[in-house]
Amino acid sequence: MKQKDYRIALLNTWIEKSSQRRKVINWGVYVALSLAAILALIPLISVFSFVTFRGFSALDWDFFISLPKPVGEIGGGIANALVGTAILVGFGTLIGLPWGFGIGIYLSEYGASKRASAIRFTVDLLASIPSIVIGLFVYAAVVVPMKRFSAYAGGIALGILMVPTVARSTEEILKLVPIHIREAGLALGLPRWKVILRIIFRGSLGALITGVMLSVARVSGETAPLLFTALSNRFWSHRLDQPIASLPVQIYNYAISPYDDWHRQAWGAALVLIFFVLFLNLTTRWAMKKGTK
Amino acid sequence: MEISSFFSTRDLNAWFGKTLAVRAVNMSFAENTVSAIIGPSGCGKSTFLRCLNRLHEEVPGARVNGTVLLENKNIYSKDVDPVELRRQIGMVFQKPNPFPAFSVFDNVAVGLKLAGIRKSTILKDAVERSLRMAALWDEVKDKLNDAGTSLSGGQQQRLCIARALAVEPRVLLMDEPTSALDPISTAKIEELVSELKKAVTIIIVTHNMQQAARISDQTAFFLLGDLIEYGATSQLFTAPKDNRTERYITGRFG
Amino acid sequence: MIRSKSHKDIHFADRFFAGTLQAIAWGVPLLLVFIAIFLTWKSLPTIRLFGFSFLTSQTWDPVQDQFGALPVVYGTLVSSFLAVLLAAPISIGVALFLTELAPSWLARPVGFLVEMLAAIPSVVYGLWGIFVLAPLLRTTVQPALAKSLGHFPLFEGPPLGVGMMAAGVILAIMIIPTIATLSREVFLAIPAIQRENALALGATRWEMMQIAVLKTARSGILGAIILGLGRALGETMAVTMLIGNRAEISASLLAPGQTMSSLLANEYAEASGELHLSALLEVGLLLFLVTFIINALARLFVWRSTLGKSPR
Repeated sequence: MKQKDYRIALLNTWIEKSSQRRKVINWGVYVALSLAAILALIPLISVFSFVTFRGFSALDWDFFISLPKPVGEIGGGIANALVGTAILVGFGTLIGLPWGFGIGIYLSEYGASKRASAIRFTVDLLASIPSIVIGLFVYAAVVVPMKRFSAYAGGIALGILMVPTVARSTEEILKLVPIHIREAGLALGLPRWKVILRIIFRGSLGALITGVMLSVARVSGETAPLLFTALSNRFWSHRLDQPIASLPVQIYNYAISPYDDWHRQAWGAALVLIFFVLFLNLTTRWAMKKGTK
Repeated sequence: MEISSFFSTRDLNAWFGKTLAVRAVNMSFAENTVSAIIGPSGCGKSTFLRCLNRLHEEVPGARVNGTVLLENKNIYSKDVDPVELRRQIGMVFQKPNPFPAFSVFDNVAVGLKLAGIRKSTILKDAVERSLRMAALWDEVKDKLNDAGTSLSGGQQQRLCIARALAVEPRVLLMDEPTSALDPISTAKIEELVSELKKAVTIIIVTHNMQQAARISDQTAFFLLGDLIEYGATSQLFTAPKDNRTERYITGRFG
Repeated sequence: MIRSKSHKDIHFADRFFAGTLQAIAWGVPLLLVFIAIFLTWKSLPTIRLFGFSFLTSQTWDPVQDQFGALPVVYGTLVSSFLAVLLAAPISIGVALFLTELAPSWLARPVGFLVEMLAAIPSVVYGLWGIFVLAPLLRTTVQPALAKSLGHFPLFEGPPLGVGMMAAGVILAIMIIPTIATLSREVFLAIPAIQRENALALGATRWEMMQIAVLKTARSGILGAIILGLGRALGETMAVTMLIGNRAEISASLLAPGQTMSSLLANEYAEASGELHLSALLEVGLLLFLVTFIINALARLFVWRSTLGKSPR
């Protein structure tokens, strides 16, 4: 017993000595972690405020309905870029949506096998391939043989980029459907494909569209793959086998130009783009929250 | 029964958000005894235990008021550092939970290392002594560098006991320490508890009445956040004063 | 009563449906293989002509048909590592802040805002970089660095604003959400009981983070950082707008540089000669392979530590 008391007394002096230091370190870490959070949010706040303030002054009705003016002339707008982006994203959705839905259904309904996990892995890998590499690939595979940049090529590139996000969100959403609903369907004597398409897929359609909107939000800001494929265009273009303007590429071209008026328009276009992307992000989040409640 | 002033609670209340989980509990624990707390699940016994080392307040939205005296010092008073307090009041949890990525040795030594003790002779001594106290030394002395998680479930739980003992706590709280274990491991730990009370004061929460009867000196019965009855184990199990206690221990409850 | 004919039909329809879906799903690995083969095939002219010296030569001269990718490989590695160096500590700090420190009324909105960092398009970061970040670096940060540390080759040269440092900083901002949100998931996967075990031993909160969170999450954090690195390696627009676009190797972070992706973005329009196109495609192939390997590796790490939860 004596020996034990001595040991504890010794321990207590050790602990006494270090406890102040430990407390200080602990508080130091609290401060550092809070600083890290603040530091991470500074760029976000800065980007938002600059885009909002600088962009807002460029916005007027004319900006939305006019074509770009030739170099040197003040004014002009982003009408063709807006339409171009809509066309490109729409065309991309035509490719990315069915392909992504198909993969998503496969992964959720037949996804227990090793083979399916391998596919899931490659879907994740496709998501992480830099978009410029996808653009380059489409350039070499479509643009070079066709001998021209085109809306087709841009749409294909965006479509490929949409596949992984659509596929994975579809999988996650369909997996939320409880197993007894599948069993109930099968017990009715419905074939499995009908259960999947008519009951499970259709039942989750709202949530699935939300997932699609997120991936639309993502690709509508994509610039790099469009440089190689859709290029850009100062005029109205309705032919899919011609180069076509898009909002991100126009922001890029204007931003790196030496003209103040184009800089102003780049901020304006950036505000429109960010507003669109955030609007999609926020509404889908809101819809998802509502869906899970 | 003689009430010692070693460790006691006065009007202890604990909340989760707006739910009162423990209501005005007064209890004292004598030094070097084993006290068991029994009661149906959801009766607040685990929450009560977690108030005793101020772990309850770490749960978001959780709140405590009242007094807990350790040798006449209120552990909830402003000048008490919960970190230092938790070293003096150790805890073993329901599921054995050695730190992953820590060896057997480091699992036991971690508390002392945190306290700033670096000297390897002291650490080695303390680790061996704690593992011996936890009746684990003979089984692991050749694999001190293996991962703590590589041991069997029962060994892991004794490792957690050794880890708690290494920092020389005054009180050891045990929250259903055998509920995740097989009967043989359970027996070993029960044996250990009776041995350990020579060194520390033990408060054990259990859902197993036989266990309480086997290993404890005093037993308390909790129901819906209230302390219903508290007394010598032999008396509580043979001649309970409250008929709710009687109904519970005879299995006629709920 | 089961009529055998319709039973057979159902069976066939089910199998046809499953087969179709599987074919669609196999399209993805096939596409990846096809991209790899196609890029290799199309870059055969430069692979044949330059062989391994494509990676070691410093000359990139489309006029003379001389192609060496060393400066862009160097630029990619330096800018990405700089980004990871800046972003990793901040991101892990943010993740710890969100999971271990902030009360939920604060953690939820802050977590949401950090995720929003990932939603901003690259080109908008580039725009902001040109008009806000680069001037800030040029007028404030870089002169200060040159004054205090200018005798190190790392901070030599005139403060241009744009250059390797600007690229590294913008990349860091862009990969913070990747590393932070993934680390947060890894931390959240650690059971609360493990934290309580540490606290019950008398650990301070920071010590609890070390022994119960960081040490357990090591491989997950590594995975998150590698994924961030993967994103930085392939990031194009913001880098192109900020790195200065000069394919030269300079020890100074203040000097302009060029990355693989910014090289591609700059020269897409003028790839007229067969050899130039082949050289660009070989750079693309390199970028593809590097990001492929890095991501496969990272996913393995993250997968191991979130126990199979999909790394997203």
